[in-house]
Amino acid sequence: MSSKTVTVFDYGLGNLYSVCRALEHVGAEVRLVDTPPRPGEIERLVVPGVGAFGDCVAGLRKRGMFDAVRAYAETGRPFLGICVGMQMLFDVGEEFGEHEGLGLIPGRVVGIPPTTADGAPHRLPHIGWAPLLRPDGADWSGSALDGIDPGEFVYFVHSFEAKPTDPAHRIAVYDYDGHAVTAAVRRDNIVGTQFHPERSGPVGLRILARFLTL
Amino acid sequence: MPTVRLIPRLDIKAPNLIKGIHLEGLRVIGDPQAYARKYYEAGADELLYIDIVASLYGRNNLVDIVRATARDVFVPITVGGGIRSVEDARTLLRAGADKVAINTAAVGRPELLTEIARQFGSQAVVLSIEAKRNGKGGWEAYTDNGREHTGLDAVEWARRGQALGAGEILVTSVDQEGTRKGYDVALTRAVADAVSIPVIASGGMGTVDHMVDVVRQGRADAVAMADVLHHGRMSLADVRGAAHERGLAVRRS
Repeated sequence: MSSKTVTVFDYGLGNLYSVCRALEHVGAEVRLVDTPPRPGEIERLVVPGVGAFGDCVAGLRKRGMFDAVRAYAETGRPFLGICVGMQMLFDVGEEFGEHEGLGLIPGRVVGIPPTTADGAPHRLPHIGWAPLLRPDGADWSGSALDGIDPGEFVYFVHSFEAKPTDPAHRIAVYDYDGHAVTAAVRRDNIVGTQFHPERSGPVGLRILARFLTL
Repeated sequence: MPTVRLIPRLDIKAPNLIKGIHLEGLRVIGDPQAYARKYYEAGADELLYIDIVASLYGRNNLVDIVRATARDVFVPITVGGGIRSVEDARTLLRAGADKVAINTAAVGRPELLTEIARQFGSQAVVLSIEAKRNGKGGWEAYTDNGREHTGLDAVEWARRGQALGAGEILVTSVDQEGTRKGYDVALTRAVADAVSIPVIASGGMGTVDHMVDVVRQGRADAVAMADVLHHGRMSLADVRGAAHERGLAVRRS
């Protein structure tokens, strides 16, 4: 394996072209797979995801990837979940009914509050760019966010957000109409971003490049 | 307040980038990929491709342009024009589009919005509405670059589009398009008040004041711009800088 090999799980949902292209652009050798290799054969894993939580989990299960993701996570090697690929790390998702997630990080995935903090109606899904904020005590070192400065902008498109049970697992947030919304989570080697690094221009490419050095 | 997205709009008559007035009288501007690349590098928040002759397949097709563009553009790309089925949507999404914009086919068969949303998620479905003033204080939705009547009230159609599964509304004022005289602020406001999903205003930007008006008074969540950029009247950096000075929340890169 070359040192910049990245395995991307394709479980039949969404467009993987942009995430693969962005990884290649920063020097990765991308291996897009629709059947999971053994955990020992994966050097770095990316699990993307768009669409509904339940559909994504069902897609993982159908291709034998649900257990493969959990087994890989225990290896301690670099793991990046993107958007719903991040949300699935949690115990339960509430989109279109309750769905069991991977259970790798304790917590739930719930709807973004339907109003601003002042109670006025606001837009959902949230589509757009927002600056990343680092909660007190959060540590980005040794993660894909290492080298990013709080205040740099990334691209979001979502209606649901992860709520980790342990606040320490929430390593980045952003402000949406007065609510601190989860932007990135981390438990040891497992990192997930709600935003799309592959659609976040040069900042996103830096995050992916950093992931390749882990 | 969330940041307003600045979205270069590239109207395509493959293989060319073109620009018209009121969506007609088209002139060739240049190579769409070159412009897309330039706008990406200049800090576009997203890109919008609309194929005005709706030729998804065949020689010089939109799919190839999208695929080539997506190779080195790392911001979201919305693509519209000629999408008639879930398969068409799939083809474009696989070629690197993040969202598809649907107009004519949704007027003919509104369930298409639901079908695409169910397959790829609402965030991938943009309802594109070409609206013209109806002389009675409202707006009618049109298709085929503002030529064909639909009989649909544009604002009501937006509301219904959301209910059917659209995740965003692109509202283009045919009256203002290509005129550089400003967006149709009242139209944008009427649509923005009717839905809870984001609204992209399109058609008429000539100055930064126009953009400020359609965001502040029209409540647009995003602004599409074409003429003003294609002809180099302003750069994206100028637009962003001026927006920031005027107190609009925009991405800073």
